[in-house]
Parts: sequence; structure tokens; C-alpha cells
Amino acid sequence: MPLLDARDVHGGYGGMNILNGVNMTIEADEIGVIVGPNGAGKSTMLKAIFGLLHVSQGEILLRGEPIQNLPPNKLVQKGMGFVPQEYNVFPSLTVKENLQMGAYLKPGNVKRMLARVYEFFPPLYDKRHQPAGELSGGQRQMVAMGRALMAEPDVLLLDEPTAGLSPLYMNEIFERVKEVNAAGVGILMVEQNAKQALAIADKGFVLAAGQNRFTDTGAALLADPEVAKSFLGG
Amino acid sequence: MNELVFFINNVVIAGSVTGSIYAIGAVGVTLIFSIMRFAHFAHGDMMTFGAFMVLLLTTLFPQAGAAIGVPTPLIMLPLAMVLTAALAVGIDRAFYKPLRAHGVKPIVLVIGSLGVTLMLQGLIRLFAGTGGESLYVDDRKEIFRLALPIEGVRVPVVITEPQLYLFVLTLVAVVGLHFFLSRSRLGKAMRAMSDNPDLAQASGINTNTIVAVTWVIAGGLAAIAGTLLSLDVTFKPDLSFFLLLPIFAAAIVGGVGHPYGAIAGGFVVGFAETLAVFNWSVLLRPFRDSLPEWLSLPGNLAFVGTEYKIVVPFFILVVILVWRPTGIFKGKVI
Repeated sequence: MPLLDARDVHGGYGGMNILNGVNMTIEADEIGVIVGPNGAGKSTMLKAIFGLLHVSQGEILLRGEPIQNLPPNKLVQKGMGFVPQEYNVFPSLTVKENLQMGAYLKPGNVKRMLARVYEFFPPLYDKRHQPAGELSGGQRQMVAMGRALMAEPDVLLLDEPTAGLSPLYMNEIFERVKEVNAAGVGILMVEQNAKQALAIADKGFVLAAGQNRFTDTGAALLADPEVAKSFLGG
Repeated sequence: MNELVFFINNVVIAGSVTGSIYAIGAVGVTLIFSIMRFAHFAHGDMMTFGAFMVLLLTTLFPQAGAAIGVPTPLIMLPLAMVLTAALAVGIDRAFYKPLRAHGVKPIVLVIGSLGVTLMLQGLIRLFAGTGGESLYVDDRKEIFRLALPIEGVRVPVVITEPQLYLFVLTLVAVVGLHFFLSRSRLGKAMRAMSDNPDLAQASGINTNTIVAVTWVIAGGLAAIAGTLLSLDVTFKPDLSFFLLLPIFAAAIVGGVGHPYGAIAGGFVVGFAETLAVFNWSVLLRPFRDSLPEWLSLPGNLAFVGTEYKIVVPFFILVVILVWRPTGIFKGKVI
């Protein structure tokens, strides 16, 4: 049974449909990457999965159980984590407090998961008593991912985790994503840096105008001349 | 030296008293704003309501305190805090929650709270009448006169029993709030929701619980502030009219959404008020003989008359809003 299975998802804001039948499947140990031009509905799809957007048609299954239109806190309990692209930390809370908030529903987890998150992101340990708002963009992204990991999710949704980061930090974040995935967390992420992201992807979904244009393994998409020409900038 | 004692009595003690009351009130206003993003105008009336509950309970059981040797109103305060907290949660459920559910703009909630103000004041008047009432129904208000052991000082430092209770309770409330916000899981969740409500929800924090907790804290604190003010002077159904402006000034001076800023702001406004109405002529009196002949010392030398005290927080409010709208601690802009 796939970990996450979205079938023919339609949805949008206030009557305006942005998603016109998107299909996505990832298995428990996979990294799925969503790429595509601006306005294709990439981030919208993540929000629809995480219950932040009304799904008007189609279904989303988490381990076979329908979860479409459940509120976010229910989805966190069911093992889903979401890292928004912007405003993804609590700026006035310290790094440690940010992480603690991630395990709000599982207070028993805090001690054990704090140690694990510090293992994944060593820079956070040194800055644990600093307000998250004072950190650099890359470190803030680590706090955001760490916060989502605190609840021990089975699947982590990342919305453009490398947006606005320097190439150095970008590589670092991709490395961390691979490590988190290797530790048994399924990943579904939206990325602007399509080539790099598809390189670490088990599955790639190229969206355009709210529909799947290409769906294949990451490597196959990178090798496809048509995908390269239209979506990866040659 | 007598002049110095006069200064201590009329500025240091009086300023700390008003400052404490404003601080506790402003903390409530700032917490409500940081969680629900609206200026709660009915806050002054929650303070009056708390004091009214103490008055009611003290009138019903005037002997309750005598058994333990504490003034009865003080025994009744915890009960009044619970009742005021319940009222705050109830008002939210009945009036503000339906508005929030409709996704209205904050200004609608502000106007709604103005309606709650009028309703509460009417209700309190209905039962308590329009005049002033002393909360000391069966007890005597102790007044401590501390004579300073310095030669030539005839004027004692005067402090009353309720003022001492006020200082102790303010300290307890501030320290308690600090530990709640910085150590407890719920307190941190409250700060998280104030920072970023969407992310708080995405983390699984139940925002309805946080809203209720905010009202409980704000209501309980309002009861403390209202009761201690009424103990210091008297209980009046229109207390809130004299409290609302300074409390909002304090919250804005401190930086809206900053509990510590609200405490600092409360004392800034409280001391500004007392300094503005203080008769500076008294302090200058010892130097009367060395003044040039053309300069005679008037009997009363204050910035504003006592009856115009309310202009002071208003003035501070205008100055802060024009020059530093985010307040001392860089809060949000209302």
C-alpha cells in the first residue's frame, strides 16, 4: 500500500480551481519531488494534502485511509508533517522552544526527538537558546524542518525548502533531506531548483496548469529531453 | 528632609500603586491582542466586574476573614478571579467567537467589545447602584505610618494595608506570568500562536484552547487589578472609564503584544501621571530663601491639576503613536 496516494485532486481558492486533477503516489521510503513552472499549482497541491485548501473532487489517501479536507492538527496526529515556504518558524521563540512546539501533540517525544533533531542539524544545538528570528535563512529552514520532525511524521511535506538560500546552504538542505529520508521518513517536496531536486528524487511530478504533465522516476525525468527542454531550462 | 518624605509618599508610593494597577491591566490587554489581534475595550469593565464580585461576596460573608485574621475582601479575591475568568470565557463564547467564526475585520471585534463595555456597566449598576462603595465592609483599613529615624523629620512615610497587598500581588502575578510564558508548555504555545497562528495550528496546537486560556489569565488578572484599586480607593461602577485610557496607553507604550513591555508601560504611565500632578513647589520650598526676589514660589506648582490627570496618559499615547508606534519593546502596531 502506498504511503501517500493522491487521486484526481481538484481544488482551489474561492471557486477558482487551481488543481485540475493531480495524481501523486509515493511509497514509504521514497522522496517525491514536484516541479513545474510558476502557477502550475505545486505549492497548492501540498496545501491541499495538508488540509489548508478545500479539495472539491478526488481523494487523498494516507496508508489507504482517506484524509482529504481533514484539519491540519488531525493530520499531524496521523503522521504528517508540513514545512511551509515562508513564515515557517516562530521568530520570538528560541530554537529549542520552536522544536518543542513541533512535538506539542506528543509531549512524551520531546527529549528523545530533540536529541535526534540536533543530530540531523548540528548547528541548531549551538543556537538552541537563540530566538529563531535571529537565525540565517538556512538555519531557519533547519529549525522549520526540525520542528516538523519532532512529531515523528511518516511523511514530510516540504514547500520549496531551498528558496532564497545560497548554493552552499542549498546543498546542505538537500543532504539533510536525503538523511531524513534514509531514516525512514517519506518526503514530498516542491522545488524550484528542479535539476538538483530531481537528482535525489525517487519520483518526480512535473505539473503544468494544475495537471500532471510528466510523472516518472527522478532519473528518467532528468534524462527526458522534452522535460529538459520545457521545464529544466535546457 | 520632610519634603523628601512628602515626595516618597506622593510620587514613589502613589506612582507604584497606579503603576501596578495599570501594569496588571495592560498585560491582559496585550495578551488578548497578541492572541486575537483586537483591542479589547471591555477590559476595564472586567476589572470592575472582578471588584464587584469581591464586594458582593464580602457583603454576603462579612465575617469570613476575621477567622484567619485577613481582611475579608482578600479572602474573596481568588473566588472573584475564578468568576471573572468564567465571565471572560463566557463573553468570548457568546460575542467574540461568533464574530471570529465569520472572519470579520478586527475593528468589528473592537466595536463589539465596546458594546460589551456598556452591557457590563449597565449590569453592574443594576445591582451595585451608581454610587461608590467601600470594599471594607466589616474590616478596618490599616494605615501604617513609618517614622524615619532621622532628626528633624516629622512627616512619616504612609502606606496602607491594601497598598502592601497590591505590591505583593503584583510581584506574584508578574513572576507567575513570566514562569508560565517561559517554562510551561501552554505558555510557550501561547507565545507561538502570537508569533504565527497558522504555523501553531500546523504544529497541532489547539488554538481554541489557547484562546480560552488567554481569557482565563486576562480575566483573573483583571479581577486582581480591579479589586486592589477598589480596596485602595472605593468601588465605583464606572471605574473603567478612568482605567481604559491609561491601560491602553501602557500597553502601547510597552509595545503591543509584549507582556513585559506592558508591565514596563504600566509603570511609565503610572509614574508619569503622579509626577505630572505632583506639587513641585513643596520640593523647592527649602530653597525659598536663595531664590531671587522677582521669583516668588507659588503655592501650587504642578504640571496639570489633579482633575486633569487623565490628560497625561492621553498625551503619552499621542506622543508614542506619532514618534514610536511600536512602543519601547517593538511590538505590533494596532
